[in-house]
Amino acid sequence: MQRAMRTLHACSVESSNEHGRMIGAARSNRRPLSFWRRHPGLPFVAPTGVVLMVMLLFPLGYTLYLSLMEWFAAGPPPHFVGFENYAALLGDERFLNAVVRTLIFTAIAVVVEVALGIALALLFERRFVGRGVARTLFLLPMVATPVAIALVWMLMFDPATGVLNYLLTLVGLPPSLWVNDPWLAIPSLALVDIWQWTPLVMLIVLGGLTALPNEPFEAALIDGASRWQVFRYLTLPLLRPYIAVAALFRSIDALKTFDPIFVITRGGPGFASETLNLYIYNMAFEYLHFGSSSAMLVVFFGIVLGFSVLLIGVRRRASA
Amino acid sequence: MSAKRPVMWRGTVFHVFVLVVLAAYLFPFYWMVLSSLKTQVQNVAFPPLFIFAPTLENYRSVFVNNPFFLYLWNSLVIGFGSTLLGLLLGLPAAYGIARYRRQKVALAFLIARIAPGISYLVPWFIVFSKFDLVGSYTALILSHLTVGLPLIVWIMIGFFEDVPSEMEDAAHIDGASQFDIFLKVALPMVMPGVLTAAILSFIQSWNTFMYSVVLANADTRTLPVAVFGFMSYGGFDWGSITAAATVITLPVMVLTLFIQRHIVGGLSMGSVKG
Repeated sequence: MQRAMRTLHACSVESSNEHGRMIGAARSNRRPLSFWRRHPGLPFVAPTGVVLMVMLLFPLGYTLYLSLMEWFAAGPPPHFVGFENYAALLGDERFLNAVVRTLIFTAIAVVVEVALGIALALLFERRFVGRGVARTLFLLPMVATPVAIALVWMLMFDPATGVLNYLLTLVGLPPSLWVNDPWLAIPSLALVDIWQWTPLVMLIVLGGLTALPNEPFEAALIDGASRWQVFRYLTLPLLRPYIAVAALFRSIDALKTFDPIFVITRGGPGFASETLNLYIYNMAFEYLHFGSSSAMLVVFFGIVLGFSVLLIGVRRRASA
Repeated sequence: MSAKRPVMWRGTVFHVFVLVVLAAYLFPFYWMVLSSLKTQVQNVAFPPLFIFAPTLENYRSVFVNNPFFLYLWNSLVIGFGSTLLGLLLGLPAAYGIARYRRQKVALAFLIARIAPGISYLVPWFIVFSKFDLVGSYTALILSHLTVGLPLIVWIMIGFFEDVPSEMEDAAHIDGASQFDIFLKVALPMVMPGVLTAAILSFIQSWNTFMYSVVLANADTRTLPVAVFGFMSYGGFDWGSITAAATVITLPVMVLTLFIQRHIVGGLSMGSVKG
């Protein structure tokens, strides 16, 4: 993920590309400069480049084009309507609510994941018996098949017979409706996301902790700083770039969460947990409105991209 | 550091705390396996049963009452197919990016990583429908390729960058072509990386749900789609659902043990989920 950041920097500067060309030219000084010589490495990259274009970039362009069309699959053939689809979105309450829900879901999930992830990283920084095993076990929620995991949570959420309500009553708390309560559906789904992805934050931050220099901490110890002071004024600022990276990747993925929501609530009860991803899915594959769903896709992509740019900016300032 | 409190006491409390956190964390897995060993009556009992006579009936039912082996086969074909194709395309690409610093290609991968998966799915669905490919292995392998390929490229760039350029320069002076150098000098040195990338790509394909649920039909359904389908008919047979969930999750967990060191990098950069 550090590399992702470097790529963005490098592309804005463009200098490294020239460097690569110079190496290529120097290596081939025996032969005249053919097209391939002027673009060293292109034969290696070209096949993947073609796949990227056909499978990823073309669909994005096609979506942009479709977003300007009126196209209901069961109706007349597609025809051009300009920005009508976008204008319609502004008056579509279901769409606007989905945007708000997506943002709330992401905010809850990422904030809790970052806080818990930092706490767990501090815990795991200390040496203890079985640390390696424990660290491995923490990887499991991230790699387990999301659909399978979502089904298990659904079973645990059951308001009548679920084990979560049993555990609540065991400690004297009232039982909850979990995902069946319109107000609790989004936080409950965020809980699944938190369970699944806190380890990622934890491991990124842990990587940061082990990379921190020793000297400032020794100095603080000599100066008699308290544990809290060391954490607040030393560890946390030094970790900020790592925390920013973790938050960036979690935000991008949390915005796009699909599997658990689709499996556990399908957007219900009512539309209480219908995030943008779910609404677009329904619009495209249940109602077959390809035009307006494409307009929503463009907006969705914009939101995700905006988040990324915003967080990369924050990270740049944090590391500067 | 400061030892104001007795070390033993602190150590014990600390270990108990770690155990509690870990137990809470692993509880869903525990509950999945436990439920898969219960009968339907036991699964809807309240308070939930922790001690009971376990049965393997659910596992038998999963394989006997459903074409589960077909779904397993589909998942394997699509997982291996997309991973092999991903390696074939991704290894040279990663080498090219690492050696010649082709940052623009890397940036394209980054955008592909950021874009929501569903923004590809709608156009794919339309195009695949035109060519009558919806429900085919081709459509599924191609869609899963877009999950595995970026992951393979991102992991392998790092590995190729670590190959010392002196070795390649020596081979170049000996008259080897650039492709020979890639194949015979660089590639053998990054084999551990290739294995890691392949396993991660396979896991991600195995787990992919959204693409498969739209692009698969009854004959090409993958395991996650199949287990999702368990919900719709005959109400909620929790025993079978959790048994199937256990069967699906188990291979992933075993594979994870081989590549644990690279999971974080792989998951944060490579996966195109949702």
